[in-house]
Amino acid sequence: MAPIKTLLIANRGEIAVRIIRAARELGIRTVQVYSAADSNSLAVKLADAAVNIGPPQAAKSYLSIDAILAAAREAQADAVHPGYGFLAENADFADAVEAAGLIFVGPPGSVIRLMGDKAAAREIAARAGVPTVPGSDGRIDAPEEAREVAARLGYPVMIKAAAGGGGRGIRIVNDRAELDRLAPQASAEAKAAFGDGGLYLEKVIERARHIEVQVLGDGHDVVHLFERECSLQRRRQKVWEEAPAANLPDEIRARLCACAVQLAQAVSYRGAGTLEFLYDEATRDFYFIEMNTRIQVEHPVTEFVTGIDLVREMIKIAGGEKLSLRQTDIRCIGHSIECRINAEDPAKGFMPSPGVVSALRIPGGPGVRFDSMLYAGYAVPPFYDSLLGKLIVWDENRAAAIARMARALGEFEIEGLKTTIGLHQALARDADVRALAFDTKFLERWLEANSSQLA
Amino acid sequence: MAIKQIISPLPGTFYRKPTPDAPPFKGDGDAIAAGDTIGLVEVMKSFHEIQAQFGGKIVKFLIDNEEPIMAGQPIAEVEV
Repeated sequence: MAPIKTLLIANRGEIAVRIIRAARELGIRTVQVYSAADSNSLAVKLADAAVNIGPPQAAKSYLSIDAILAAAREAQADAVHPGYGFLAENADFADAVEAAGLIFVGPPGSVIRLMGDKAAAREIAARAGVPTVPGSDGRIDAPEEAREVAARLGYPVMIKAAAGGGGRGIRIVNDRAELDRLAPQASAEAKAAFGDGGLYLEKVIERARHIEVQVLGDGHDVVHLFERECSLQRRRQKVWEEAPAANLPDEIRARLCACAVQLAQAVSYRGAGTLEFLYDEATRDFYFIEMNTRIQVEHPVTEFVTGIDLVREMIKIAGGEKLSLRQTDIRCIGHSIECRINAEDPAKGFMPSPGVVSALRIPGGPGVRFDSMLYAGYAVPPFYDSLLGKLIVWDENRAAAIARMARALGEFEIEGLKTTIGLHQALARDADVRALAFDTKFLERWLEANSSQLA
Repeated sequence: MAIKQIISPLPGTFYRKPTPDAPPFKGDGDAIAAGDTIGLVEVMKSFHEIQAQFGGKIVKFLIDNEEPIMAGQPIAEVEV
């Protein structure tokens, strides 16, 4: 493979800006695709060139493989970066990019397909010696089998669709009667949604933390860049992320990161990837849940604690370079926190709030980074994700990082829209957040108890 | 007989059906009552039902399925 000369950015928003910055530092020409709703976007302004790929609706623009490949031809791009979301984990897209003679910045379509199949990913993990959530061996065929497996696992158990994803078709059952009642429903729903009524069972891990490991691979070697703590979630969407997972015992951290490398090596992983785990603090057990075969929203916290530019590394690997990092060179220093700033009104059930940014004051000073596509006067369109940007801080330790985050949030001003800045200020003050006493259900409980703080 | 318009309170993408395979909520010529859902607006990946504020008979929809919509834009004309 030859080094990349022209990179097409098949995404929008803050991640498009992030990719343009990384490519420009590498001397690579950038071409930004945009929908009719994004002609004034920061990414379009910053890129060397831009190509209109269709109307505002994502299905007709950012999700259109044909439109994006046509743009790549028109721009004479030799590589495509998918960012996250949209087509980033679409194996057919990765295949189509390569079939068109272009470089896909990420793993091959076959690896995306493999890790996207939840049952297959579980099997690969088990074979690589990586713990998975206890459950049935593959699919459940008969009601008697479901009862036996559920009794062995211990209630509550989760019924999941074998072909499912994104939390769809999941049911939690607390006893045998519920299992008998809900399993047929789940099967019918899975059949309707995915054309496959196959089910499997998994034990419910109560009070788990979400901890994930960042890896980089070049198709031969894989290194890890330590872990992130992402337990503060609302409706399975991460809200506040940290690196490292403070208070994780060193011995657990070492095993977790080694497991992530083993699993990525088992599929000869190429590019940046993340292995997500549930961690049970009480028993100190961790379980692999899934792999994301792309750059993630929260990658900057890893960049802050390791000093490694993940987007730069993934572009270099895509251009055919070997991993320049050895595991022993990678260190985790200090602590980093990211707050996702969304155009949503936390006081009104997180109602989306698109509109014009009439005034903007961005926090600064030591250890503060803001990854965003905002500028004063920008009209945030209603058609896409509500993420406006990510405020990321670094400091020597977690307590100092929280103090710095609180200071930075206090400087922030976004006028014209409702945002989640106030929510993050309240979280930064919260005693449980400060004590790292939380699990994946914490934030939803907290929101119920603290709605008055958000008005 | 007067003609009134149902206005979208939200910007985003307008849908006339609850799911891609389902029939439309309402069609031209249909009778509607106050509170009936006539469509969905998708704003930043979240879906919001649009309800008629008054009853009557739909003369015609002014916007197609899956089209972009602005806040304040008329969705349908209703004979009241």
